[in-house]
Amino acid sequence: MKAKDIAELLDEPACEHNKKSKSGCAKPKPGSTAGGCAFDGAQIALLPIADVAHIVHGPIACAGSSWDNRGTRSSGSTLYRIGMTTDLTEQDVVMGRGEKRLFHSIKQAIDDYNPAAVFVYNTCIPALVGDDVDAVCKAAEEKWGVRVVPVDAAGFYGTKNLGNRIAGEAMVKYVVGTRDADPLPEKAKALGFKIHDVNLAGEYNIAGEFWHVLPLLDELGIRVLCTLSGDARFREVQSMHKAEVNMMVCSKALINVARKLQEQYQIPWFEGSWYGITDTTHALREFSRIINDPDLTIRTEALITREEARLDEALIPWRKRLKGKRVLLYTGGVKSWSVISALQDLGMVVVATGTNKSTEEDKARIRELMGEETKMIEDGSPKALLGIVSEYKADILIAGGRNMYTALKAKVPFLDINQEREFGYAGYQGMLELVRQLALTIESPVWQAVRKPAPWRANKKDPVSESAAVGI
Amino acid sequence: MAGIIKRKKALSVNPLKSSQTVGASLAFLGLHRAIPMMHGSQGCTAFGKVFFVRHFREPIPLQTTAMDQVSSVMGADDNIVEGLKTICEKSKPALIGLPTTGLAETQGADIRGATKTFRDKYPEYEHIKVIPVNTPDFSGCFETGYAAAVFETINILVPDAKDAGTKPGKRMRQVNILVSSALTPGDLEVLKDIVEAFGLRPVMIPDLSDSLDGHLTDDDFSPVTIGGTPITEFETLGDAIASLVIGPSMKKSGDLLNEKTGVTQYYFDHLMGLEAVDKLVMVLVDISGQEVPAKLERHRAQLQDAMLDTHFMIGQAKVGIAGDPDLLFAFSEFMLSMGAEIVAAVSPTNASIFKLSQIKEIKIGDLEDLELMAKASAAEILIGNSHLAESANRIGIPLMRVGFPQFDLLGGYQRSWIGYQASRQAVFDFANILMANNHHHEVKPYRSFLAQKPEYLIEGDEDGTAKTHAHSR
Repeated sequence: MKAKDIAELLDEPACEHNKKSKSGCAKPKPGSTAGGCAFDGAQIALLPIADVAHIVHGPIACAGSSWDNRGTRSSGSTLYRIGMTTDLTEQDVVMGRGEKRLFHSIKQAIDDYNPAAVFVYNTCIPALVGDDVDAVCKAAEEKWGVRVVPVDAAGFYGTKNLGNRIAGEAMVKYVVGTRDADPLPEKAKALGFKIHDVNLAGEYNIAGEFWHVLPLLDELGIRVLCTLSGDARFREVQSMHKAEVNMMVCSKALINVARKLQEQYQIPWFEGSWYGITDTTHALREFSRIINDPDLTIRTEALITREEARLDEALIPWRKRLKGKRVLLYTGGVKSWSVISALQDLGMVVVATGTNKSTEEDKARIRELMGEETKMIEDGSPKALLGIVSEYKADILIAGGRNMYTALKAKVPFLDINQEREFGYAGYQGMLELVRQLALTIESPVWQAVRKPAPWRANKKDPVSESAAVGI
Repeated sequence: MAGIIKRKKALSVNPLKSSQTVGASLAFLGLHRAIPMMHGSQGCTAFGKVFFVRHFREPIPLQTTAMDQVSSVMGADDNIVEGLKTICEKSKPALIGLPTTGLAETQGADIRGATKTFRDKYPEYEHIKVIPVNTPDFSGCFETGYAAAVFETINILVPDAKDAGTKPGKRMRQVNILVSSALTPGDLEVLKDIVEAFGLRPVMIPDLSDSLDGHLTDDDFSPVTIGGTPITEFETLGDAIASLVIGPSMKKSGDLLNEKTGVTQYYFDHLMGLEAVDKLVMVLVDISGQEVPAKLERHRAQLQDAMLDTHFMIGQAKVGIAGDPDLLFAFSEFMLSMGAEIVAAVSPTNASIFKLSQIKEIKIGDLEDLELMAKASAAEILIGNSHLAESANRIGIPLMRVGFPQFDLLGGYQRSWIGYQASRQAVFDFANILMANNHHHEVKPYRSFLAQKPEYLIEGDEDGTAKTHAHSR
């Protein structure tokens, strides 16, 4: 990928902060950098497309430590869980045999696994030595008659966020618009109301959580043509251009997809989230507002009333237990605002939140939700986080799995909010799982046990153990 | 001697291999107050970190030189200097490991040159050791990366006897122990116990049982390892009475240590099962001049008894195994010593130890290869990492989780396999798993058409047992 193309991807007109004179992300600092690379971001964004053969073109490190490493769930095909890599050897690199190996790899994947399409992720070394991945994909597609999509996402191009954009760009460029949507099934025609087509971008169906939401959309007659990319299929991505509206989930990860679909196919989009009652309700209302079908609006309101009443009832015992508990939320920023509203729905107090990956608009929204004096965390190092936990007397740290053991080592209750987690929190129903998990850790008897010094040390004047005992 | 079947496929499917860079990082994580900094793009480190966090369920100190587009093309040696300085400044480590990635190697990094530049530019950090090591992911595997890091660490930190004046046996009770990546932190604890039982003082290199054994400390947070081989210990290795070298991949490091210090080395392929542990015990008797402690005698007798009890289940059991060479060799020898058959064996790379293997064929390949071979040969149990769970499911046989990564098993990292006691537990566990899944040798019920049994009489129900019962009531 050329520097110009990367700059273009970083220039996102739909982003608030794009208007500032200085744009883009700061250069990562050697010896003091956390977080994934562009390849990581691209793979995360597309891997959930379940019936695709995902081939990582590079030596082992890129796929070897990362395949089948995500909480995303499929309702059918499990091809995406098969790790595939060209596993380039020194010979391949030195002798320039990478392209040839890739070509044969594509054939092997097609022959052995009969995928709906093949995605080829380019990584650092082939990018550096100049493998023409686009040309190989094109040639393979022509020769074997299966769609082969290049995703040029070498890690050194930039951050995970850039990788998300690269992935979205590849979908818009190569896949969207190559197939019309299926006609409605007979059963749908008999429902007596109009079915509307929508897409969701940035919904990854972590732990199957979107299945908490999908039945509601079905009930309303909202057909999801495609979620990019949780539980998606290749043919669904192909038909994304036929939607009436796009919902951008998960903040800005795939904002370029929403913008391009608007530019190219005039599909309006809105930004929403399925975390928490408030946001779930808001998202459902946005769909009906933009689709602008009075009948849908009436049915949507009825559904919201029903579901909110059901949840209010179900949450009564949990609210009592969680009310006033203080939360430090560190998601790296991406999903901050959506989770904040979920926690506030429960009467919990969010004392601080991470914003280092948030856009200006995300931050504005956080201020709106939490007030101007909110502590925004830019330094997400473990030490800084623990400092804030103790300074703000947080009862729990909610963060990505990466920080889980930082919290546990400091004897701080923890909830995993990122992609590797094993529980689904989306939608009205997901709230019940969220409260269960929150209470489970906050109320656990183990915290007392691990903070207590050994009895034979308790009476001694040992400043270290004493401070640990009262610490947090 | 095992026949080696080379990789023929273009595409690696369900990779078994992990990168050398990650393996090297693990070795550095076994040194006290250390932190590895991978020379590569930031994703290399992020993936490595998740890999270890999911396996150990511990915070993992790991940094990156964060090569970006400009430095990847124009040269990233400055990134090394800046990264080293930043870590020294912020984290005050005792040691920084500097393994390279394929990206850095392809680009042409000069890690030693950059380290020297760092030394010249920042003499104030002279006391902090830096170990550069070449570990591109386009060659070798996890185990070779780990071994390369141990080799370089010894090379840099252990002074030559003639320069430092060390003398073998000056510390009469000290035994240096080089351990391969095939050993778990739990294994290292066992090994220390056995050596200490002879009144000896073991110095483990590296010592993951002190850094990644999963223990709580009084401190909330540390940016560097919270345990491991103390860096100062490397200067004492030359005074030890003996060195034990465990695992074929450690042999080169053992030779280097011997060459530098003159300390006698004793080499072991592995320490699983009766024979291997006996060999260790004999060496310890030799070194210490002590009798075998009564407790060990007892443990040995217990293992023998367990071997008798379990040979009915393990004998002739068809085993499929996938792992890096040391691990593959150790577990296959162990299973063979119990009378099992190895019907499928896959390693990510070739190794000279395979020349000594009794397995007929070892395939250099991936987990897809193992799955196909295991299925074709009707394997009854798989041995390998957590990624094999899906394969085992598809074939419908159980998996014994060993090696890296184990992300769907709590405490896999602390499980011990070596020594009399752990070998005994291992044969029990293998036998139990095989017994619980023993469908292959069960006699299928036969139904006589002349029989008077009421459930046979239900019409149109040929196989039904449970269903028939429900009907007949």
